[in-house]
Amino acid sequence: MNAIWIALFGAVCFVMGYRFYSKFIAERIYRLDPYFQTPAHAYQDGVDYVPTNKWILWGHHFTSVAGAAPIVGPAIAIYWGWLPAILWVVLGTVFAAGVHDFGAVVLSNRHKGHSIGTLANKLIGQRAKLLFLFIILILVLMINAVFAWVIAKLFITFPASVLSVFIQIPLAVWIGYRVYRRSGSMLLPSVIALAVMYGAALLASEVPFLQIDLVSWFGGSDAAVAGGFDATSMAFLVWIVVLMVYVYIASTLPVWKLLQPRDYINSHQLVVGLALLYLGLLFGAPEMTAPSVNGEADISWYPLLFITIACGAISGFHGLVASGTTSKQLDKETDARMIGYGGALGEGMLAMIAIIAVGTLFASSADFTATYSSFSAAGSSGLGSFVKGAGQLAGNLGIPEHMGATLVAVIVVSFAATTLDTAVRLMRYIIAELGTEYGMPVIARKHVATSIAVISSAALVILPEGPNGFGSGGYLLCPCSAPAINCWPALP
Amino acid sequence: MNRTDHDTPSSAGWRTRIKRLIEGYDAVLSLQHRREIARELQDEEDLFMLLCFCDMMGIPNPVGDMTLELYPYMLERFHEWHKRQGIPRSPLDGFRCC
Repeated sequence: MNAIWIALFGAVCFVMGYRFYSKFIAERIYRLDPYFQTPAHAYQDGVDYVPTNKWILWGHHFTSVAGAAPIVGPAIAIYWGWLPAILWVVLGTVFAAGVHDFGAVVLSNRHKGHSIGTLANKLIGQRAKLLFLFIILILVLMINAVFAWVIAKLFITFPASVLSVFIQIPLAVWIGYRVYRRSGSMLLPSVIALAVMYGAALLASEVPFLQIDLVSWFGGSDAAVAGGFDATSMAFLVWIVVLMVYVYIASTLPVWKLLQPRDYINSHQLVVGLALLYLGLLFGAPEMTAPSVNGEADISWYPLLFITIACGAISGFHGLVASGTTSKQLDKETDARMIGYGGALGEGMLAMIAIIAVGTLFASSADFTATYSSFSAAGSSGLGSFVKGAGQLAGNLGIPEHMGATLVAVIVVSFAATTLDTAVRLMRYIIAELGTEYGMPVIARKHVATSIAVISSAALVILPEGPNGFGSGGYLLCPCSAPAINCWPALP
Repeated sequence: MNRTDHDTPSSAGWRTRIKRLIEGYDAVLSLQHRREIARELQDEEDLFMLLCFCDMMGIPNPVGDMTLELYPYMLERFHEWHKRQGIPRSPLDGFRCC
């Protein structure tokens, strides 16, 4: 089947879902009131509570929730065939993610812009809040491990992307200082930063000298290195150590110095990436070569499919963004529909193109089956397949495939690195809060809490079984946010 | 004759639309960043105000002893500052730069 039809099917479902289902939810269930005084107006302080135009807030919400996660999950879940993956992304987005994200914005908006954890405490009870804290702790631990693993694997598979990713760090610091000290616009410096990064990526993909290929440095993939490690395992270990040292420093810096300006550059990358892939799809009109359903899967799709694709179908993590920042900037309560539901649809579009990129990569169904021979093989080769597939889609726009793949690898690693930084920072806060809660002020200290976060994450990623269950962590947040969202309309 | 005289109404309209689009795009991306910068500047301001007025709020100034050590370093800057403000002599009794 031509992949354009699949994208069209998804887009039509999303439009219908927005037009009819979200309207029904807004009018009949949440009964949105355009005259309700939103927290942004009631508590306006120029920092957290600021009434914001709905289009700008939608863009902000979408770029905050979309990252590497809606790419990683679908790239693996296509193992059961593209049809179940697409159906879950489309139906999950329309009937679950949209309602969840929309509900989290509305609920928080009606309760002074409080976060979903505070609301779970208020609407359900103290245990729900503690459960929420512990679940977030587990989730962020898994996020750290998964994204460190993803970055290390991509650095090994696409060594041309390393230089560009590391160049992004000083550029982001420069932008952060420039804006902080001089209050200048970020648009032009960040576009320059992006041009430098992509220039470095394209140059490195042509000049082997600029590729930081640790496997080659250790003597090639078959070479044995000290401690019984082969070159690939040693390269993986070195990258994990480098990433953990980096993330320790990055997560203890003020957010405006590195995290925020890098996030800004990444938002450009999200736009560039989506434009590249959808235009590539439109101009190339490739056929789906992956099987629609994999009848020889070594593990049942139920319930693993729903855990593998979390972000992109439904994830409780969005509730944190929706209630943490978005709800505090809502100009009108009725804007919540477009921002919450529409943000989920944007992420669904990203997950859908990830499935299409992998589904159109292979020359034949047999090639797909050879690569995706088992669920564990899908886990280790899924993301690499997405990057190559995305490079192939970009190739339809005249970009050489290997350069396209390097660019996409840079985009995915950038997303993953920002998520890693944010998650380690969040984990530090939670450890500190739990330390204070349980009378252990020592672990509430910044460097102690960060050390615990970094060491436990490194241990999880280096463990032989590797980090599994990332998606389930995202789901575990739903039992905290979803009951709060569901209980609220029933309350007097 | 300047360039805008050549503009047709539609090209001027397009230019305005593109400008708005770029401004909107910038606003989307910088929303979070601006908030963090504002928070950081607000924190600095709060700390400064606290250091200045903590005695008035019944909190003993913890940096009093340490600022005494800063006296020789601050003297020249302080002198330049009060001259800039149009105050010919030092306005503080304890800070005799001139």
